[in-house]
Amino acid sequence: MKFTLNGAPRELDAHPLKRLLDVLREDCGLTGTKEGCGEGECGACTVLVDGEPVVSCLMPCAQAEGCDVITIEGLAGNHPLQRAMMREVGAQCGICTPGVILAARGLVEAARRPTLERVREALAGNLCRCTGYEAIHRAVLSAHAELHGPSAKSAAPVPAEEAGA
Amino acid sequence: MARAVAGRQWGSNRTSAAVSRYSAGMTSVGTNVARKDGMDRATGAAKYADDLRFPGMLVGRTVRSTIARGRVTGVTLDFDPAGFTVVDHRDIPGENTIALIEKDQPCLVNGVVRHAAEPILLLAHESRDALIGANVRIDYEREEPLFDPERSEQVFKHILIENGSLDRGFARAEVVVEGTYTTGAQEHVYIETNGVIAVPERGGMALYGSLQCPYYVLKALKALLGAAVKDIRVVQTETGGGFGGKEEYPSVIAAHACLLALKSGRPVKILYDRGEDMVATTKRHPSIVRHKTGLTRDGKLTAMQVDVLMDGGAYCTLSPVVLSRGVIHAAGPYRCANTRIEGRVVMTNTPPNGAFRGFGAPQTQFAMEVHMDRISETLGIDPVTLRLRNALKPGDTTATGQKLGPDTSAVEVLKEAVRRTSFKRKRAKLAGSGRGIGLALFYHGAGFTGSGEVMLGSRAGLETTPNGVRILVANTEIGQGTRTMLSQIVADVMGVAYENVDIAQADTSVVPDSGPTVASRTCMVVGGLLERCAKQMREQLKGVSPAEHHARHGRLHVETQYEAPPGREWNDKTYRGDAYATYAWGCDVAELAVDPVTHEVSVAKFTAVQEFGRPIHPAMAQGQIEGGSGQGIGWALLEHVVMRDGAMANAQLTNYVIPTTLDTPPMDVVMLENHFPGGPFGAKGVGELPIDGPAPAVVNALRHAGLDVRAIPATPEALAAAPRLAPSRSGDAA
Amino acid sequence: MRTATAPFTLRRARTLDAALKILHEEPGTVPLAGCTDVYVALEFGGTPGSRYLDLTRLSALKRITTSGEKLVIGALATYTELQKSRFVRARLPMLVEAARLVGGVQIQNMGTVGGNLANGSPAGDTLPVFAVADADVVLAGPDGERRVPFNAFYTGYRKSVRRPDELIVAVEVPPVIGKQWFRKVGTRAAQAISKVVFAGVRGLETRLALGSVAPTVVRLPNTEMVLNGGGSIDEALRALADEIQPIDDLRSTAAYRRGVAANLVRQFWSATA
Repeated sequence: MKFTLNGAPRELDAHPLKRLLDVLREDCGLTGTKEGCGEGECGACTVLVDGEPVVSCLMPCAQAEGCDVITIEGLAGNHPLQRAMMREVGAQCGICTPGVILAARGLVEAARRPTLERVREALAGNLCRCTGYEAIHRAVLSAHAELHGPSAKSAAPVPAEEAGA
Repeated sequence: MARAVAGRQWGSNRTSAAVSRYSAGMTSVGTNVARKDGMDRATGAAKYADDLRFPGMLVGRTVRSTIARGRVTGVTLDFDPAGFTVVDHRDIPGENTIALIEKDQPCLVNGVVRHAAEPILLLAHESRDALIGANVRIDYEREEPLFDPERSEQVFKHILIENGSLDRGFARAEVVVEGTYTTGAQEHVYIETNGVIAVPERGGMALYGSLQCPYYVLKALKALLGAAVKDIRVVQTETGGGFGGKEEYPSVIAAHACLLALKSGRPVKILYDRGEDMVATTKRHPSIVRHKTGLTRDGKLTAMQVDVLMDGGAYCTLSPVVLSRGVIHAAGPYRCANTRIEGRVVMTNTPPNGAFRGFGAPQTQFAMEVHMDRISETLGIDPVTLRLRNALKPGDTTATGQKLGPDTSAVEVLKEAVRRTSFKRKRAKLAGSGRGIGLALFYHGAGFTGSGEVMLGSRAGLETTPNGVRILVANTEIGQGTRTMLSQIVADVMGVAYENVDIAQADTSVVPDSGPTVASRTCMVVGGLLERCAKQMREQLKGVSPAEHHARHGRLHVETQYEAPPGREWNDKTYRGDAYATYAWGCDVAELAVDPVTHEVSVAKFTAVQEFGRPIHPAMAQGQIEGGSGQGIGWALLEHVVMRDGAMANAQLTNYVIPTTLDTPPMDVVMLENHFPGGPFGAKGVGELPIDGPAPAVVNALRHAGLDVRAIPATPEALAAAPRLAPSRSGDAA
Repeated sequence: MRTATAPFTLRRARTLDAALKILHEEPGTVPLAGCTDVYVALEFGGTPGSRYLDLTRLSALKRITTSGEKLVIGALATYTELQKSRFVRARLPMLVEAARLVGGVQIQNMGTVGGNLANGSPAGDTLPVFAVADADVVLAGPDGERRVPFNAFYTGYRKSVRRPDELIVAVEVPPVIGKQWFRKVGTRAAQAISKVVFAGVRGLETRLALGSVAPTVVRLPNTEMVLNGGGSIDEALRALADEIQPIDDLRSTAAYRRGVAANLVRQFWSATA
């Protein structure tokens, strides 16, 4: 199986039905991606595949063939969202944090300033039992402001695009 | 007297003096320093149990009973035994028990089964797939199980609290209000499930795991392994949430892993998947609480009779202590001269229930606060006035006869919550609209009950290091901020920078037994111990910095032990005296709407006003309040443990639902200060207080919206069937 | 995970013909796309099969296009792609809503229309939409393509007319005349399984469909007949009571489902008036 992992090419011998989660944690030794439920409900196993958040506990690794996979280790510790999570104490026990950061990354990097409601929706697939989510929302909005400036334009409706022609 | 954190004050000279005593030398305490472990969490570098590997490690699996009550008559292993380690009760070298308060819970079934999912057999193998494929058949002789706590005759603990005379109190009453209130079980859903690794080492055993109380596990392992293992050490790994679910339960999974490691001679990891964790591990005790209350017509309490029944599951575990905290808080933060609280926690053939944040107090205060609103409806006195008339004040005496001091803020939190939410105006405006606003007033004793802390005899230590000073305690970081908060206290008392303080990993071979990480005691009790320790060390350093002293003289080590503050008395037999060193106080307000089409509840806003002495780290304290409130809201509205044949039938996150971002309201948190001289820098405890208020606040808002709710979870199914309250009963007279 | 997948096999097809050949020659092969249902089954110890066929390379099946008047949704279109498609947004906003509510963003990025149909759960969120839209399911098999009206597709609980050697390749939706209305009642506000799910179209002809109240998604012909015949909503709800058979399960109760189904139809009726 050949894919790009955190920007570098990887080649592995893994059973094609083995979960991408297990391949990352075991074959690649990257334990930052966590298992919380094995049923795609908690989002702790979230990684980015070709830029989109997916739950890696429900993905056979064969489907990552040729794809660009980013785990929390790929952010190298100096992403504004990571700094904001620390600043706003968005992480208490921390087990949901890698998944949350990856699920929110797109929102933080996009130019349009998200509304609080949009942040909630983007993170509705990531369960946190410690924080009550408030500090996580603060961290996401703070990271966006740090990256784009506090006066970035508010989110407008996403323009429609035709899919996959 | 309490004062607000953000600069608004109303204070007495006493408070001002307390503030100024602390403010000199405070550079870290009271500020939002960077968490000691923040970066590890944000980068995924933090290592939790399943992230650790050891050479030659095997994976373990637990074979469990599929019946709720009976006897095991046969165990058949239907697989090729090559590469397998198999353990049953005969392999236990010491006592077949999970030592806790009683020794009634076996580590592995020896014939008798008392609950579904009870562990019978343990398997280990190098390959997870081989474990999955190993077929084990258990034959049983079934017996009729008991699932209804009201029919149980086996009482784990009975407690009676009496104050004054009920007869006299009811004789004086002009109105009597009765009610029965029930709460369901609650599953912790820490996002990291239970997991441990037992590693044989040099004639001994190391147990690494996701846990709150390493010394509890050590005690249990010593009883289990006896002389067979000379040296045992328990090491806490980074823990992905506990909430009480990893207070006593880890002794069970640790025992299992150690038995497999002992027999195989290899490291063994046992990690529960979510389904097993939900079915087999502890939950919050379900409760049925009955109130009979006498009052004068103008709303003053004259008599309170409370009957508390909790379902303990099959074994004792911590039920006596859960009941204890429950009954002590059962009369709420109110003054009543004639009170009788009787509590029982009983056996049912279900997996044992155990510690869960709040530990009995959420259950009994749910009942008290919903009952207060029913009293309010009956008397035609608004819920705020009713509470103001009865709320405990400094100088009042509680049901156990404890005289309260200036560290009492029931009235202050209530008034601030009412003011901040425009409660009275909204109460009138929303009546009859399908929306509702409700409140709950509550309190939570900090630290262990009565003589508990003396019995624990906690020890805490400090040692100098090349960088400065290191904290040595068994208290664990489980997300709440232990590492950070204790470092802040030590830094300020020692007069060193926060960066020059670090804290040792909780390894029982390295740190002393400073007691469990429970009961909202870590800051007040252990922080207090470290405060004394730091003062002693500072004296010994004679003006030299710890790093410099270390460079010149080597390691300096100081240890202190808990001493009970003078003048406090508690009688465990009569349940009279000073139940807790101090109490934290809270008032929550929930504003919600009920969808008439689907009966779903959306909480529009949640306000939490809480006084817990003062925050050591304001953002982390706020995080405790927000997180605890979210869990309380989930318990009130969403979280339903469905039991079938004595086991949790909806044991997956798809079917046992906790709040997502879209289920959680925006929260307004106000932290009032009222410095407690018995805690470091005036701090009490805040870990559990926040979960006592949300459920009754939500249910009282539902009552205001016109639904006669007296049980949780108040799911849409329950609300669809709930009797309607006539508008004149749910609206308040002036 | 409670299922050992090491003994299983996964084939990956690059063309539809190759996929169909595998299904035909190796009966019992389980097609995989987003895996959001199959992998949950594996997690809990189920074994849908020992031979699997990954379809995600069949990019032709991801297309969302129009063909004459029809909206053609490829079976591999994900819920995210449905929401972004200008065709779906313009012609089938009730499907956009269903896709938005199916689960969190991660599930939306992975799950597919074909998977929702093939899984055949009565709680499937897109199913009432296709039922009221009178869509056609396009199946491809060794003998070519065939179209099955959506409302004839399911024959029982998780059973359909799809033969084991056929694949769902698309759903074709004719123009929907009238106001579209969709509501899902889940176990919580997000990332939830439906307890009741409803889609309705109100036009010259009113069409109604409900999920999670019977072994399959159901149209409500008698209820529709009352409303289309000018009957009152109260009469229609009496007809509704006999057209659904909700049950008690781990997530909800028959009584709740019954009551809420009626409330949803009533709400639809007044909202689209």
